[in-house]
Amino acid sequence: MTQQQQTAGGDVRLAGISKTYGSFTAVQPLDLTVPQGSFFALLGASGCGKTTTLRMIAGLEEATTGTVFLGEKDITDLPPYKRPVNTVFQSYALFPHLDITENIAFGLRRRGIKSVKKQVDAMLELVQLGDFARRKPHQLSGGQQQRVAVARALINHPQVLLLDEPLGALDLKLRRQMQLELKRIQTEVGITFVHVTHDQEEAMTMADTVAVMNGGRVEQLGAPADLYENPRTTFVANFLGTSNLIEGEVVSTGSDVVVAAGGGRLTLPRERCSAPTTSGGRLLLGIRPEKISLAHADDADSIATGRNRVTGRIVDSSFIGVSTQYVVESPAGTSLQVYEQNIDRRTGLLPGTEVILHWNPAHTFGLDADQDIDAGVESVEDAA
Amino acid sequence: MPVLRWIRRNLVVIAGLLTLAYMILPNIVVMVFSFNKPKGRFNYAWQQFSLDAWKDPCGVADLCGSLSLSLQIAFWATLGATALGTMIAFALVRYRFRARGAINSLIFLPMAMPEVVMAASLLTLFLNMGAELGFWTVLIAHIMFCLSFVVTAVKARVMSMDPRLEEAARDLYAGPVQTFLRVTLPIAAPGIAAGALLAFALSFDDFIITNFNAGSTVTFPMFVWGSAQRGTPVQINVIGTAMFVLAVLMVLVGQLIASRRKSNARN
Amino acid sequence: MSLTEAPPAPPADPREPVLRKPSTRKRLVPYWLLLPGILWLVVFFALPLVYQASTSVQTGSLEQGFEVTWHFQTYVDALREYYPQFIRSLLYAGTATILCLLLGYPLAYLIAFKAGRWRNLVLVLVIAPFFTSFLIRTLAWKTILADGGAVVDVLNTLHVLDVTSWLGWTESNRVLATPMAVVCGLTYNFLPFMILPLYTSLERIDGRLHEAAGDLYATPATTFRKVTFPLSMPGVVSGTLLTFIPASGDYVNAELLGSTDTKMVGSVIQSQFLRVLDYPTAAALSFILMAIVLLAVTVYIRRSGTEDLV
Repeated sequence: MTQQQQTAGGDVRLAGISKTYGSFTAVQPLDLTVPQGSFFALLGASGCGKTTTLRMIAGLEEATTGTVFLGEKDITDLPPYKRPVNTVFQSYALFPHLDITENIAFGLRRRGIKSVKKQVDAMLELVQLGDFARRKPHQLSGGQQQRVAVARALINHPQVLLLDEPLGALDLKLRRQMQLELKRIQTEVGITFVHVTHDQEEAMTMADTVAVMNGGRVEQLGAPADLYENPRTTFVANFLGTSNLIEGEVVSTGSDVVVAAGGGRLTLPRERCSAPTTSGGRLLLGIRPEKISLAHADDADSIATGRNRVTGRIVDSSFIGVSTQYVVESPAGTSLQVYEQNIDRRTGLLPGTEVILHWNPAHTFGLDADQDIDAGVESVEDAA
Repeated sequence: MPVLRWIRRNLVVIAGLLTLAYMILPNIVVMVFSFNKPKGRFNYAWQQFSLDAWKDPCGVADLCGSLSLSLQIAFWATLGATALGTMIAFALVRYRFRARGAINSLIFLPMAMPEVVMAASLLTLFLNMGAELGFWTVLIAHIMFCLSFVVTAVKARVMSMDPRLEEAARDLYAGPVQTFLRVTLPIAAPGIAAGALLAFALSFDDFIITNFNAGSTVTFPMFVWGSAQRGTPVQINVIGTAMFVLAVLMVLVGQLIASRRKSNARN
Repeated sequence: MSLTEAPPAPPADPREPVLRKPSTRKRLVPYWLLLPGILWLVVFFALPLVYQASTSVQTGSLEQGFEVTWHFQTYVDALREYYPQFIRSLLYAGTATILCLLLGYPLAYLIAFKAGRWRNLVLVLVIAPFFTSFLIRTLAWKTILADGGAVVDVLNTLHVLDVTSWLGWTESNRVLATPMAVVCGLTYNFLPFMILPLYTSLERIDGRLHEAAGDLYATPATTFRKVTFPLSMPGVVSGTLLTFIPASGDYVNAELLGSTDTKMVGSVIQSQFLRVLDYPTAAALSFILMAIVLLAVTVYIRRSGTEDLV
């Protein structure tokens, strides 16, 4: 049944869409295409414009400039109730005065469909809530309410399902479970999902394509693994996972770029630099903590040649279970992070130990040094 | 001393119950004296038990007429004040507009003004306009002073409403009218009902403003006022008691239905 | 190319970027919603105040009509003649307000924290008196406080009346037709207006705060002084306002339970307006009362720091 609807759909295309409130620009002019049937995530910290973008697709917010296309159709001026698009709201917005059945049937009834029972039952089945049909929303748990919200939107067979921080109110364990659930539902119904979240792990777990937003614009867009491995801005490097960023001066360029940093030389492949490299120019080198290996300063000889090396001293270590996380102070940069898998229990890497950090140069990425090196680093207040 | 200690421990409860007794006492007196058979015109001293007044509650001239007039005025005043007040409450909570502060003060002021001032000033207006005092002037006055209370009651409810509920409705194919009827109104209903109930009670029981602006029209409170000068018929107590019993019964039945419904929903 | 470097490029859409403004119709919605109600208040609340102000500076007579002559002497005369009634009004209303707070607080506290499953019943009992016309209930006090009645007898036996008579609150062997009867009636009539806001703000207090205070070495008395009472301040402020304002303009209690010596300013305004038909004096008195009350309320709200009360 969803199949016919789907073929009538198409990509969501935003052309030059922007939103300003008085003098405040929430979303800079933005071009974005969400392919039909994909699971697309808008990722960013609060206030980055991701929810506003979503609401402009839903029609709940009027775009200041630009056009929203659904397939070939311009839907910019359609009110929300005339768009074949449905939303799963943050904290669900279930109607408190209606029971679960009537909540789910709401959209069908408004479109004048009389016999809703079969479809509602099928939806309750899909979200596994068959026994709760006559309960009121406040009698359900958070996870159950969330599933009702999804069912209430999906029953209308929208061409696009918009999800606004749908898992934000759930605790960690339930969130993981619902991530898989949503992913399953998306595969099952094949509808385009546009998912807004501030949780980078959630975005990477669920989405085919992630657009990282910051300050009202898209910083970078791509498949999760691609974004993680090849961040092109410090914001993306820091916001998606953790990155060690080391500032240095370009010494030579060829197929490999050689950079002087922290009293040593580090190399990286040319094609992994997203910034122009000229000799004498500055460059930020990035390396993910889990790609770094640690060696005692005494064992320097055992490190294979051709690897990037940085010397330093462990200032802190914490045992996480799967891995041990070290903080290393070095001339190349303070508090470099190193994650080491606990395959063999290593002893002797205690705080105060002099160590050498080494990694494969191919794992290094290069960024424009003119950026804020700490952009996108989660501060304590943001974490909440 | 255990008794003293018990008293000290339960001081708050004892004091609270004493206050409650102070508040209930006049109602009991009204009830008891509805069975009195007073000598003379005033029903202030107990003479002997009688059911006369209960058998003939409308036996006093104009009493039931004034009661019915008060009910009519209260009904229309409630309707008017609730409609106007609900609209204002929605505008205040849901929209941004100019002169918000001025409008807020205009709504607060009638509540911060002694009734007699409003009554007197409204009378000067009516006198200046040459309006004929009566049903309509009373109704106008009642809508005026009930309005602010309705706004306050409805505003509280609308403010606690999640605006996303209406967005969800619009997202789910409900146009503006449908959204209002199916989502906004049902959810705001308890606040609107509270405002309406308050308006009804205020209007029905109002004396001071009515006294100034009624001319020769006699509402129930004005009848009582007049009888305090001329002689208080027992029927006043009968009607007071009947209203009290009726209202308490309604509240209790309402509570019973609500708790019944709650336990049903749980099973 | 790095996306951050991309200038705020013109949209890829070939159409010129059109700035959309919210439609005029939508912008006017709040004004349409406000219009009827606000108009009502302007015409029947604000405008009358203007008329009253103008009446207060008019001179003339009923037969010849009144005219604005900016005769401010009316105010001076009114104050000179009726200042005892003003002082009495404020005194009675203030006393009644304090009594309401003292009597109402324990009951509100009882409902909020101690009533348990009786809570709803007690609340109904607090509201229930409303359902009988307040005039009838006020008349009942005539019976309760009647000369030679049970209350007077008890007070007499306990020699309370000796003390109150000495203070001028009662006359020997009499409560009715004395200041005490009027204050008693005022207190009674406005108690619910004190209790309900108090209850609302007390009910919001998290019961765990009491435990936390106890855990942090506060005795029950200190807990009340340092935690419960400050947190109930919004209720205290709105309760005292809701009691004082109507009490200051009330004349029903003074007329029904008092004597000519206990007349409040409301009585004077009423009789000037409805019986003496001296409109300028009545308007001036009403205006003065309004000014005093508004001034007192403003100062009080400022002092208590709850300006968001409205």
